[in-house]
Formats: sequence, structure tokens, C-alpha cells
Amino acid sequence: MPESAPHVGLTDIHKSFGHFTALDRVACSVASGEVVALFGRNGAGKTTLLKILALLMRPTSGDYQLQGESARRRPDRTRAQIGFISHSTYLYADLTAFENLNFFGTLYDLSDREDRIQRALNDVKLWDRRNERVRGFSRGMQQRLSLARTFLHNPSLLLLDEPYTGLDPIATDMLDRLIERCQGEGRTVILTTHNLDLRLRVVSHVLVLEKGNVVFDERGTGFSPKQFTEIFRAHVDEADE
Amino acid sequence: MFKKILRILWKDIVTEFRTRELFSAMFVFALLVVVVFNFAFESAPRESILQAAPGLLWVAFTFSGVLGLNRSIAIERENMSIQALMLAPVDRGGIYLGKMLGNFVFMMVSELLIVPLFAVLYNFSFSARFGQFLLILVLGTLGFSAVGTIFSAIAVNTKMRDVLLPILFLPVVVPVLIGAVETSVRTLAGEPLRGMMDWVKILIVFDVIFITTSFLVFEFVLEE
Amino acid sequence: MDQAILQVPNPMLIKITRNFFYPLVILFPVSLYMVFVYAPEEETMGIVQKIFYYHVSAGWVFLLAFGLVFLGSVAFLITQRQVWDTFAASSAELGVVFCSISLTTGPIWAKPVWGIWWTWDARLTSTLVEWLIYVAYLMLRANVPEPTKRANLSAVFGILGALDVPIVYFSIRWWRTQHPQPVMGGGGYLDPQMRLAFYVCLLTFTLLYFFMLGRRIELAQAQETLTSLKRRWARK
Repeated sequence: MPESAPHVGLTDIHKSFGHFTALDRVACSVASGEVVALFGRNGAGKTTLLKILALLMRPTSGDYQLQGESARRRPDRTRAQIGFISHSTYLYADLTAFENLNFFGTLYDLSDREDRIQRALNDVKLWDRRNERVRGFSRGMQQRLSLARTFLHNPSLLLLDEPYTGLDPIATDMLDRLIERCQGEGRTVILTTHNLDLRLRVVSHVLVLEKGNVVFDERGTGFSPKQFTEIFRAHVDEADE
Repeated sequence: MFKKILRILWKDIVTEFRTRELFSAMFVFALLVVVVFNFAFESAPRESILQAAPGLLWVAFTFSGVLGLNRSIAIERENMSIQALMLAPVDRGGIYLGKMLGNFVFMMVSELLIVPLFAVLYNFSFSARFGQFLLILVLGTLGFSAVGTIFSAIAVNTKMRDVLLPILFLPVVVPVLIGAVETSVRTLAGEPLRGMMDWVKILIVFDVIFITTSFLVFEFVLEE
Repeated sequence: MDQAILQVPNPMLIKITRNFFYPLVILFPVSLYMVFVYAPEEETMGIVQKIFYYHVSAGWVFLLAFGLVFLGSVAFLITQRQVWDTFAASSAELGVVFCSISLTTGPIWAKPVWGIWWTWDARLTSTLVEWLIYVAYLMLRANVPEPTKRANLSAVFGILGALDVPIVYFSIRWWRTQHPQPVMGGGGYLDPQMRLAFYVCLLTFTLLYFFMLGRRIELAQAQETLTSLKRRWARK
């Protein structure tokens, strides 16, 4: 990985749905190993931005670079590096926990699949229930398995879309620890939230989206929930008036 | 990529083995069509029933196929796992082929169970030239699943969802239906394959054109 | 970005077709004259045969229109430019209109000649199936509210539907030749005067199609402009 190029570089990313402009020439860059908190109200364009980063959506125009290379030119390589969490669990309800991970493991061409699955299931404390169908799992267990699925292929870029919404306290703790671990391992994390009560201590970069524009973009250390609230108030409400 | 396609197919087959949702719906529906048609034919002479029988079978396959196609795409939407497939480093065309093969397998299985039942209910024999009939069954069903898989993925994005699928699907598969019925009628009358190569060719052309084109354009159906 | 919405992206087609208005004003009465006065009456079918000129012209235009749906769909998938989607959609609407003309004039012609309104003859049947494919295309469009998604889905359907048209045509033709059917009258030979009248009709319908296509695209763009202006106004 060239040190000079940022991990993620966006230039003039524009996305419109008919007459609705979801993203209006968004430009930003994220360095390797940063934990980015992307704030914004509902409809500000957070999910759209993450979907574009995950290649689930094509931008109307603009350039998306991943480690100094055009991300869309070699899509499979980009996809192999990305882990994505949304409010859907992305699991097959009639396959067992193990089968789900094994299935996705094959799609990602993982060679040491069995070991990885065992480790991932241990991390989310589901190894004992690996041979049970997902349909019988509680919502919390499904979310934990979904976390295991996301981390299975060791993604270097994690995209988390409102990851805390609907999580039970156990899964919330787990996610916090996983993100902290990612930060320790030098992976990049981008998470969106409209919840300002973010307890995460490792956030190193704050972005605020408002009506498809980046209105705040600063790096720092040890952001606190109070600071998040201040930043949000200062930039979102101001733009509203 | 071949391994991944088979893996998607395997995933659908395992799911189906456990739930039997798709298969039971398709099988029971096809059987119902066959039974209900009996009332429509009641006063018709036996010869004309025998003439219309292959057509009736294919109509049953078509409509039960639509049910199966809708269910097959609904499974991917349950937890939005279709997005997980899109996130994975798999070619979009590969996702299409995996789902298409799954639909093909399920349709074939339910058809192969309906055929003997039909033979019993209508006192009909398929034993003459069964291999030839099987070839037609494969070519016709491949055409159905080629078109049906991509159209079900289109229909699921619309306001009407599953209601729209038959409206999109039926007019486009008309050539398959005509070809399959023509060749079936003649096969069951004992005609050899040599005499109907034109029809076999049209079925093959249809399958090849629709599989390759869908393979190429499937990403536009999936991506937003 | 407002400029991107307000600009007319396909001015060539719109400008050229707008000029078709004047030749059409002349061609329509001329074609009526050619059909009803200049061309002789057909011996066996009589006055009824006059419908042939419009029936076949409409048939040619709907095939052309569906061909352009294919073109627009392919162009949209490659360029992802909205104008190609508008182009394909407009052409599909017109295609369905001309196809409906063909489907209604057919039976009107058939009834006095064959004694029946409808027969599952090769041309009629394949026209009906093609009509159903493009009605499905329009229904698909009506059911996807989000414009980008709508454009992509209908382009895919537009391509697959168009590839199906020749296969439908040939399969139905082969299917029909194996079954008894009434013989189509007045097919092979056309009197030179009749032929000239037919060509004039064909030209009139083709120009009419392009004229209307240009107006339909213009209308769609005016609608878009209006919506975007409304949105901007509402925001202020």
C-alpha cells in the first residue's frame, strides 16, 4: 500500500435519484487506520455514500479511489477488501450459522475457511450453536452472526451503516470491542450514525453530511459524546436556517 | 467463478431441502392445473384431449414456474441477502447463473414428478421416445429459467412485486411455449427428432440468446 | 446542476422532427387522395382493401419504433444518460399506439374478406404477442417510481424484449405454416399505382412517428423541468 495515497479518496461524488440530489459533489479522503464517524440526519446521504463505497450503488458522476486505484475498475478486488454492515442481517435463515459463514467464505475465496470460521464464531460466542439454523436465533444472535460474517474475510475497510441501531447491549459491547480491535490492527472504519451518544473512544475523524454536502470534516483524538453534540449543533442546525 | 456459481446453487438446494417451500408450491399448483383442466375437457372426445395434452402440461409448467420464480427471489430478499451476494467478489453474471441453475433444477424436479402423474390421470403414455421428450423438457425449462430469473429480479423492484412477473414473463416465453408444445406433441406421436430439428434449434437459440444477454446485463438489475 | 436539468440534451432530434410538421400537413391530404382516388380499387376485395395502406404502414412503424426502443435501451445502459431512457420510453409508447392501430385495422379488414374478425394467422398472432411485450414494458415503467432504477430495469427489459421479437415472429410463422389457415388476399402483386400510393402512406406514417417522437421527448423534458422548478421553489 503506497503511503502517499489515502485509503479512500472521493472526488466530486455526485448521486441523484431523478430530481432528488442525494450527494452533491462530495469530496473527502480517509487515511489508513482512521475510525471515521459520519454524522447526519435521516436523508442527509449517509447510506448512499456508504453504498457507493461498497460498490452497491454507482455514483452519477465522480471518482472513487481505493488505495490510489480506481475502485470501480477492478471491482472484485475492491469488494474483497470491504466489510459492510447494515440493519439487515444478510443471512440465509434456513442455513445453519456455520453454513452461512462457509457459503460467504467460498464467495470470498478464503483458503483457511474452517479456522477462520471457528475464530469468527468464537469471537461472537456462537461456536456452540454453529449447527443450528439461523431462523431459530434471536435477533441479537443473528446480529452477532452478521458481525462474524462481516469480519470473516479480514476486510481492510469496514463500512458500518447505523450499526448500533437495534443492537442489544451484548452486541453493542461486542461491536465496540471489534471496532477498537480494528483500529489497533490498522484497519479503516467508516461508520454512520444519527445517534450522537456514541461511546466509541477511538473515533479519529468526524464528518458531517447535510443535504448531500460535507459540512464538517476534521481529524482529532478522543472525541466525546459532548463534542459530537456540539459539532452537530453547530453545523447541522446552522445549515438548516 | 464456476465454483462460486455452484456454491450459490448448492445454497439454494440445501435451503429447499429443508423448507420444501418452493417445490411444494410448484408441484401442487401444477397438479391443480392438470386436475382443473380435466373439467374443461370433460365433454371433449378423447382424441382431442390427447392432442391438447402436451399443451396442457406446458401451461401447467409455465404457471407453476412463475410461482417458483417469485419464491426464489423472495428468499434472497428475506434478510436482504442479495446485497451480501453483491458485496462479495462475485461477478454479477455469476450470481445470475447460480440463481438461474437453481430455478432450473427446481422446475425440472417438479416437472418430472408431474409427468408420471399426468400419465396416470389421463391414461397417457410417455414411454415411447422418453429420452427425446426429456431433451425437450430440458431445453424448454432452461428457456423458462433463463428469462424467469432475470425478470423475477426486475419485478421484485416494482410496486406490484410478484404480480408483475407473469405480465413480463408470459409474452416473452411464447416462442419457448410454442416450440416445446410442437415438439412434445410430435414426440409423443412417435415422430423421431430428425423431423423437428428446426424447433429444437429455435429452442436452443432462445436459450443461448437469453442466457448470454441476461448474464451480461444482470448487474444493471442489481445495482442501484 | 440546475443547468444540467434545464438543458435539452438531444436538440438535434427535437429540432429536425419539429420541421416535419409542414410536410405532414401536405402529405396527409395527399396520401388520402392517393389511397382513395389515385389508386384503383382492388377487384376481389373492393373498397375494403383501402385499409391495407394504413394497416401495413402502421405495421412498419411499430416495428421501427420497437427497434428504436432497443437502440435507446442499449445506449442508456452504456452511457447512463437520462435522455436515452426518455427516448426509449417515448418510442415504446408510440410503438404501442401504432401496434394498436395495426391490430384494430387487421380485423376490420379480415371480417369482410375472410368472414371472421380474428384468425390466429402468423402476422396477427405475432403482432399481438409483440403488443403484449411492449404493454408489459410500459407497465414495468409505471411501477418503478425511482427514475434511475426505472431506467435501468426498463432498459434491460427493452433489450430482452426486442431480442425476443424476431424469435417470436419466426416461431409463430413456422407454427402457423403447419396448420390450416385462410389465404391472405392481395399479397404478392401490387399494381404500380397501388404501390405508389402505399409508399406515400408509408412515408407519411414514418414522418408522423418521428414528429411525434420528438414532441413526446420534448414533453417529457418539459415535465422534468417543471418538477425540478417546483422542487426548487418548494425549498425556498
